[in-house]
Amino acid sequence: MSEKLLEIKNLHVMYRTDDDDIYALNGVNISVEKGKTLGLVGETGAGKTTTALSIMRLLPDRVGAVKQGEIIFEGKNLLNVDNEEMRSIRGNDISMIFQDPMTSLNPIHTVGQQIGEVIKLHNIHLDNKDIELKIDEMMEMVGIPADRKTEYPHQFSGGMKQRIVIAMALACNPKLLLADEPTTALDVTIQAQVLQMMGDLKEKFNTSMILITHDLGVVAQICDSVAIMYAGEVIEIGTIEDIFEADVHHPYTIGLFGSIPDMTKKTYRLNPIDGLMPDPAIVPPGCRFADRCPKCMEVCEKISPENFIKNTHQIKCHLFTEKAKNATGN
Amino acid sequence: MTVPMIQTKNLKKYFATKKGELHAVDGVNLTINSGETLGVVGESGCGKSTLGRVILKLLEPTEGEVLYEGNDISKYSRKQMKNMRKEMQIIFQDPFASLNPRMTVSEIIAEPIKVCKTITNDNEILEKVFDLMNTVGLAERFVNTYPHELDGGRRQRIGVARALALDPKFIVCDEPVSALDVSIQAQILNLMMDLQDNMGLTYMFITHDLSVVKHISDNIAVMYLGQCVELAKTDELFENPAHPYTEALLEAIPIPSLKYRKKLNIIRGEVTSPINPKPGCRFAPRCPKVMPECSQASPELTEISPGHFVSCYIYMNGHYQTKGEKHENISANKS
Amino acid sequence: MTEAIKDNINEKEDILKKVHQFKKKSQAKAVWTRYKRNKLGMFGLIVFCLMAVVVLSADIYLDYEEQAIAQNISERFQFPSGEHILGTDQYGRDVLARIIYGGRISMFVGMATICVSLSMGAIIGASAAYYGGKIDNILMRIMDIFLAIPNMLMAITLVAAFGSSLLNLILAMGISNIPRMSRIVRSAVLNVKGQEYVEAAMACGTSDARIIFRHILPNAMGPILVQATQTVARTVITVSSLSFIGLGISEPTPEWGAMLSEAKSQLRYYPYLAITPGIAIVMMVMSLTLVGDGLRDALDPRLKN
Repeated sequence: MSEKLLEIKNLHVMYRTDDDDIYALNGVNISVEKGKTLGLVGETGAGKTTTALSIMRLLPDRVGAVKQGEIIFEGKNLLNVDNEEMRSIRGNDISMIFQDPMTSLNPIHTVGQQIGEVIKLHNIHLDNKDIELKIDEMMEMVGIPADRKTEYPHQFSGGMKQRIVIAMALACNPKLLLADEPTTALDVTIQAQVLQMMGDLKEKFNTSMILITHDLGVVAQICDSVAIMYAGEVIEIGTIEDIFEADVHHPYTIGLFGSIPDMTKKTYRLNPIDGLMPDPAIVPPGCRFADRCPKCMEVCEKISPENFIKNTHQIKCHLFTEKAKNATGN
Repeated sequence: MTVPMIQTKNLKKYFATKKGELHAVDGVNLTINSGETLGVVGESGCGKSTLGRVILKLLEPTEGEVLYEGNDISKYSRKQMKNMRKEMQIIFQDPFASLNPRMTVSEIIAEPIKVCKTITNDNEILEKVFDLMNTVGLAERFVNTYPHELDGGRRQRIGVARALALDPKFIVCDEPVSALDVSIQAQILNLMMDLQDNMGLTYMFITHDLSVVKHISDNIAVMYLGQCVELAKTDELFENPAHPYTEALLEAIPIPSLKYRKKLNIIRGEVTSPINPKPGCRFAPRCPKVMPECSQASPELTEISPGHFVSCYIYMNGHYQTKGEKHENISANKS
Repeated sequence: MTEAIKDNINEKEDILKKVHQFKKKSQAKAVWTRYKRNKLGMFGLIVFCLMAVVVLSADIYLDYEEQAIAQNISERFQFPSGEHILGTDQYGRDVLARIIYGGRISMFVGMATICVSLSMGAIIGASAAYYGGKIDNILMRIMDIFLAIPNMLMAITLVAAFGSSLLNLILAMGISNIPRMSRIVRSAVLNVKGQEYVEAAMACGTSDARIIFRHILPNAMGPILVQATQTVARTVITVSSLSFIGLGISEPTPEWGAMLSEAKSQLRYYPYLAITPGIAIVMMVMSLTLVGDGLRDALDPRLKN
């Protein structure tokens, strides 16, 4: 087994708003190995983006706060390093890509200047000529002709802007790349291009990646392992084979797969999950999925389930822990 | 043969922009039969939303005809149109922008009824509102809430209820599930299919999501830069995609299964501008199978097998046996 | 038969009950809750309300003719005292009473002005935005021409041309504010017009008037209201300025600007005569501006947290 680059242990994050305290993350445990890609899957409000922002230490000031837990990156707890050090880790070691490329590009500078800015920040020793060369190299790498570096962001299409953002994120060879829905705003044919490019670059630089998405198709294409989140918890985690091909799954995962129309066969009706996401201001004593779960048992509403572990595959559900108990009891 | 519900003939919609004429919809011929669903797929900017709005006459067509049950409504006056509006409705993509934030749920659902005066008695309107809320699965306790107090799924149900308020026969669904989470998306899709079964509705389902369109449609039209490049029965289209763009589109969908994990044949390039398009096939600059004639004139929509229409030179000039003639009005109802 | 009718009636009552059972949460209430959080806005509102109460109920505790108009030379230039809290002016009139009645004029002119400019501005701005194209172009170019003339200059010209009566003053102020109002309404309506719910209304064949009044204007109200409060504040200043240069309200009617103008010759010996109406103007204008700012924040749900 290869080395762990990032490990998140029992992370709790809370948002304090005027009206309520929102429990955004409730004990998240995930880890990313060197050179591998972890897919973080879930619906709106599951806590995917909050996880990424916690790693970057970019939770909104005053409102969001880490209540408990550790984020260990290369043996260092990111929650304890000082601001100066964190700034150098951001960008040098960890980069982030957002869903809307426009939010990360400054409309009044040319894209060349913006890529150059990042390179300059992290390679102080380079002179201007070398920086120009590096900019050209980065642009060619993401498939944009280098002579377009004097153009402004609005002159590029959405897919190209996202490529430029990716170029900026990779400009300083980060060890970990956090990609928050990087292709959601793009058309399918462009999405396929960008995904393929990201996969190639990841291999080339041996970068680890956390890919946040709601699209299980994208996950199947490029991830090595998958964590499925629901209401601030990781309810199932495992290798890509565990999630897509194993026989046992968390009922929520089954519901998620049942909600997607299957391209490969004709289905009459979909089998979605009934009900809605729970109110994040209330933490029930039992399983958070209990009131939507088709296999809900008595114990589910009272006690929060433990992880059922089978090799690399972990499922947070009473269905399996109870079974396991019974098995050992017999 | 029965009269189709909707038929468009060489429908065009151009917008004047500063840079020139934007060909949003450029000569589209479609037929939608009563009780069926036509899926319209394409990437952003291909004119699919504009097409839906031109058919509903929310936008005036630049050229061409829209036949509703055989009557050309494109020349109808506003007054004549007002009667037609009861029969054709629209469901929008964004459940946040499509509901008036200053009106309560019951006011929103009752608004079309009050406007068209299909029911005049206040109590009966309320009865109808409760009926509709039950139909779309909205709990009665939401009757006096405002849309911003509800989540996306419930809002989209309000949008569906409003569209159903006038008992329409035909509904244009403009990306009705794209803004929703997958589990909610599935709930709304099921609701829409149930409604179709129970009320015999006809849908024109506009989306960019091929898996959704495959699930709900009987026929699919693939659009590229204002033109319909392929039209076929759903199963036929997915089994035998003919147009290179359709192939590329199908190839590009990430399928949530490891069996399909492979190095993809991805088409290069991006959608070109729909402003003052050059003559020739619009897809030619990206097409992997491009031929010299592609850049000279637009290919005609040709029937390559019963009910399967493609507009591509590969199927026109001896490269492939043409089985049909040129078609002005295409009926997919050949079975 | 009677049974059936009874059933029918019961059914109807049931539906009404159902509707009332789930109470509407008023949106005005939500705005008010948000407004209450804004301390400065609340301060402005309280000051304005106090002034309004004092000014509107003046007839109960003051005699207009006796205390604000009638001259009493024997009591001229009295310093503030128990009898005359803010002293008396050069004709021996009670300054406090004159300030209170002067407030009446300012408030009346302010409100009347906003009625004129808002109603005209709403019609012009809304039709320009809703119909667009040529109508928009023609209306807005006309407004641009008016906008090129400074507010004050326009008011002075109109008053000079038609004489300085209260009605002319209101008309002058109202007309000179129409261009600004119509621009605000236009941009607010343009914003809302592109929303899908307007398109949804069109898809049901809703008439233009119903779309404008039921779907567009209620949603465009926010910026318009804010602009309206600020226009009132500006009008108060303009009226005072006009009176100060002798073109607004003329003697003996009490008006803040006119009082200031009168007091300027006595500034060295009786400064309180100028200071007090000055403070009144500042209080009125500031409170209205604060209310406007508070409203802007309260009406914009995006600034919620």
